[in-house]
Amino acid sequence: MSNPLICVRGLTKKFGDLTAVDGVSFEVAKGESFGLLGPNGAGKSTIMRILAATSTRTSGTVEILDKDPEKFGPLVRAHLGVVPQQDNLDGELTVSENLFIYGRYFGLSKKFINNKIEELLVFAQLEEKRDVKVEALSGGMKRRLTIARGLVSEPDILLLDEPTTGLDPQARHILWDRLFRLKEQGVTLVLTTHFMDEAEQLCDRIVVMDKGSIMAHGSPAGLIKEYSSKEVLEVRFGSDRNAEFAPVLAKMCERMETLPDRILMYAEDGEKLLEQITALELHPTTSLVRRSSLEDVFLRLTGRTLIE
Amino acid sequence: MNVGIDVPRIARFGALYIAAARLRSILKWKTIIAAVDIGNPLFYLIAVGIGIGVLVQNHSGTSGTGGIKYIAFIAPALLANSAITGVMDECVFPVIEGFKWRKLFYAQNATPITGKQIAIGVYLAALSRTVFSVVIYYLLLLAFNVIDFGISLLMIPIAIMAGGSFGAVMMYFAAKIEKEDYFFNVIGRLVIMPMFLFSGTFFPLSLMPIYLQPIGWISPLWHATELGREAAFDYGISPLMIAIHLIFLSAMAVTGLVLSIRQFERRLAK
Repeated sequence: MSNPLICVRGLTKKFGDLTAVDGVSFEVAKGESFGLLGPNGAGKSTIMRILAATSTRTSGTVEILDKDPEKFGPLVRAHLGVVPQQDNLDGELTVSENLFIYGRYFGLSKKFINNKIEELLVFAQLEEKRDVKVEALSGGMKRRLTIARGLVSEPDILLLDEPTTGLDPQARHILWDRLFRLKEQGVTLVLTTHFMDEAEQLCDRIVVMDKGSIMAHGSPAGLIKEYSSKEVLEVRFGSDRNAEFAPVLAKMCERMETLPDRILMYAEDGEKLLEQITALELHPTTSLVRRSSLEDVFLRLTGRTLIE
Repeated sequence: MNVGIDVPRIARFGALYIAAARLRSILKWKTIIAAVDIGNPLFYLIAVGIGIGVLVQNHSGTSGTGGIKYIAFIAPALLANSAITGVMDECVFPVIEGFKWRKLFYAQNATPITGKQIAIGVYLAALSRTVFSVVIYYLLLLAFNVIDFGISLLMIPIAIMAGGSFGAVMMYFAAKIEKEDYFFNVIGRLVIMPMFLFSGTFFPLSLMPIYLQPIGWISPLWHATELGREAAFDYGISPLMIAIHLIFLSAMAVTGLVLSIRQFERRLAK
């Protein structure tokens, strides 16, 4: 196996007294789609800025394409495409101008960039918007343009910091589709997200982070298998009665989490469990059987839900 | 990846790529810029030339201004002042925009471009745009017969130096501020306005009481005005003073730029 594109060992970043990232280690191989999953404040964006060779670290080692990003910033950045959490496009310029000036920052020839712009406009589904000022675009379009911009230099690694936060469901699905195509083309993706479904859709491998540390590490399916049951039964008895039934229910399943608004019961067969509850004459106001997700993994690992 | 990314080349020319992008944004405002660059000198030339200037000359002739028309006396100061405000605008707003409003600098810094190159690029674009307005101003001074063509051409680089020195320092402050709310009020009212009034702009610095004169000494506008007067007409300042004025302006520009570069690098790496 060839060397990993990204190799992080014992990475720590402190801001004064606050330890934002605390001894994190991981590797990303070529062509892999790797996700950093965790709630706000888990340290994901800090790691991304260090991987993007724009922020320094307090301790630990980082190698991107065998180079220390802190020592070889411009050289490392020449191989990266970066999609920040907040779009930082130039709103006064048009869609194509934004792509053009960005290509110039990589020292690319005008001819190369102009050809590339055609390709990227198709990819980002923005052909019609070529000469429109960026400030007139919708949120989803801006996001797609930011991703297209990150691809102008044909990067080896694309870093995406919460690519779909703030988008409506339709725009998110369009974006996932675009990212999935990149993955198919063999682009190495590193993304952060606090959406479980996003991580499950896009990532081959993820680390689950909380408070600057890695809680778990594996493929989405593997993590679910390891930390959760096959199915989950969600029941609600009304917020004041959930606690009342909890002790009874706890004995009926492998594991249970009592949330303020609902009770999650982990079992191999959710429907069967629901039948047992009904047989006991306990009638939840609502019930739902679903497959276990990364959300459940996170809850198991941290005792907290991901989006509060 | 083989798309022709030449990192050493970017290291050499990166600042120019940034400057080119800045000028592209600036050119989106070309109509307004041209209107301001022509209108502003016109207003001054008309108001001072046929208003204040006539009043001054009717009462005291040209004895207080070294034997030249009042409008000609203040023209080098007006020219330098327009360069100062011009460079400042292009060094302050784009920097706050780059770090805070649109965070464009963070996008630029995600490429092989460095913080140093961004600072220099923004600065170069500011100077280039100001060359345009200073040249227009100069041509209007010629057209209004305020100065004679010739060695007065030196007023142009002198004015650019004034703008460059003050702009570099302002760029540093703009890169430093987190909250811009009161920045403009303080700078505008407590720095720009006094500098405009007390830099020997409308009357020789020596007319002011000695305790007010230091305002002029530390003002790039005064140094540029003295040099500009020497270029525009025979003002009679000594070679030593010429050297001092040039050194002051250069030192201020270099200091401001060095501080700005350091601050850009720090803030981007935060």
